[in-house]
Amino acid sequence: MTVVRGARSRCCIVGIGQSEYTRWGGIKDRSQFQVTAEAILSALDDAGLRPEDVDGLSSFSNDSNEANLMQVALGIPKLRLASMVWSGAGGGTCGSISLACSAIESGRADVVVAYRGLCQGQGKRFGRHGQGRVNGNFVDPFGLMAPPQMLAMIVQRFMHLYPITAEHLAEVALNARANANRNPFAVMHDRALTREDYFAARWIAEPLRLYDCCLETDGAAAVVITSAARARDARSRPVEILSAVQGSGPGWGSGALSGHNMPDADYASTNCRALAAELFGSAGLTPGDIDVAQIYDHFSGMVLMALEDLGFCGKGESGAFVASGALRWPDGELPINTSGGQLSEAYVHGMNLVVEGVRQMRGTSTSQVADAKTCLVTGGLGVAPSSAMILGRNG
Amino acid sequence: MSWFADDMPRPVPHMDDAAFWEGCAERRLLFQHCAGCSTARHPPTPICPVCRSSATQWREAPAHAEVYTYTVIHYAAHAAVKDRLPYVAAVVSFAGLSGVRLVTNLTDCDPGRVRIGMPVRLWWDDIGDGQYLPRFAPLEREASS
Repeated sequence: MTVVRGARSRCCIVGIGQSEYTRWGGIKDRSQFQVTAEAILSALDDAGLRPEDVDGLSSFSNDSNEANLMQVALGIPKLRLASMVWSGAGGGTCGSISLACSAIESGRADVVVAYRGLCQGQGKRFGRHGQGRVNGNFVDPFGLMAPPQMLAMIVQRFMHLYPITAEHLAEVALNARANANRNPFAVMHDRALTREDYFAARWIAEPLRLYDCCLETDGAAAVVITSAARARDARSRPVEILSAVQGSGPGWGSGALSGHNMPDADYASTNCRALAAELFGSAGLTPGDIDVAQIYDHFSGMVLMALEDLGFCGKGESGAFVASGALRWPDGELPINTSGGQLSEAYVHGMNLVVEGVRQMRGTSTSQVADAKTCLVTGGLGVAPSSAMILGRNG
Repeated sequence: MSWFADDMPRPVPHMDDAAFWEGCAERRLLFQHCAGCSTARHPPTPICPVCRSSATQWREAPAHAEVYTYTVIHYAAHAAVKDRLPYVAAVVSFAGLSGVRLVTNLTDCDPGRVRIGMPVRLWWDDIGDGQYLPRFAPLEREASS
């Protein structure tokens, strides 16, 4: 039976699908578009649905797998929602799901697929200079050209303001790798990472070393969202979306991806503080109620900030929090990124984190948190808008 | 010779930010201010976010600033930076110019000596075709060693 908390029935994720995940350039036999379409079909099959049942497609910024083409490729007879959430790159991961929920709750769509395909071997590498960045005039001529460099600036100031050290960044990376080593689908499944390896690795953009930065990979992932009523017929166990929000605090604009003119009080942050109150309030939960989390780990330091901004610990306390072993499966206070995350599973602009969040609520993760009933998932951090959601175990 | 190689991406001014780059071409670091309420803003936007006036003034920044944050970049995201590795990209702020920070480079400084709060001074880098870019160096020359 579907559990309904609060005043209204909530939407559910009823299907998850993913392609194989490979290192950058590893998928050579199919196009990114095909890989993405296959991930969608896989998610529909998981839900016990067919493309004929789908009437909404939702994604987020910069998606090159256009909904109109996807409709044709999958043979969707009638599309009622074809929408993309604005955001800085991965900021909209959970925003695309929030949008799907809004459409379903308002009757604009019944079955929406949120998806992301990202084969960097076939397109541009995010670690390289990218043309056409908003306000690129204010960064490119100064050699600030790619996200690891841009977000290193925020992490540097964060470490200046608070007692955060390289050891704390390392813990985020080492935790991700330990979880990936249990996940056979993770790109880094077979590769151990020690503390010594972490510190011996090359600098990318100080204070970020190689293992502080997410992978560059090929892959796709998709989830199917529908109403709680319709979710009762799903083939797989439905997972409730207790809350899904997107948005931004004031003054971010192109933020860390360009002018770095966010308000001083928010500079060394994920831009999630403004979201957190609504995220938890709408779910009727507090950070202490969260059993497991998938936190967008494009860069290790941003995960530390997120732990603070979302209220899992106080400002400046994330270093001590992670040093206590809080992130570690199975016994930590808040196991995170249990599939290996984007540091060690794959970089699919966060959609792989969403898929892992669903697995945790189904009880099928390779680093399953015992009796987990709630999972917080975030979209990209330190960009605007950002997004987040809380998933709930059904029944 | 510009500080980066000649094939470094150049600013491509558009209607909303052209006045900034025209200022740079005259070696004047001009930031957009609201003509109504004097609020400074950067990157340029057409409307004041405080009073919503679209009337603007361009006022010159002080030549001295301080490092707000920085990163030492160790890999080439573009071929034009290869000969500069490792180099320092910095965000600088200006006394009396609340709300404005500028992404720039910190030059003439051992990357290992850069610190947040370090005072820096503006210099103009000639990138050719009449365009100059604002870059910064430590205010006090490093003690020679």
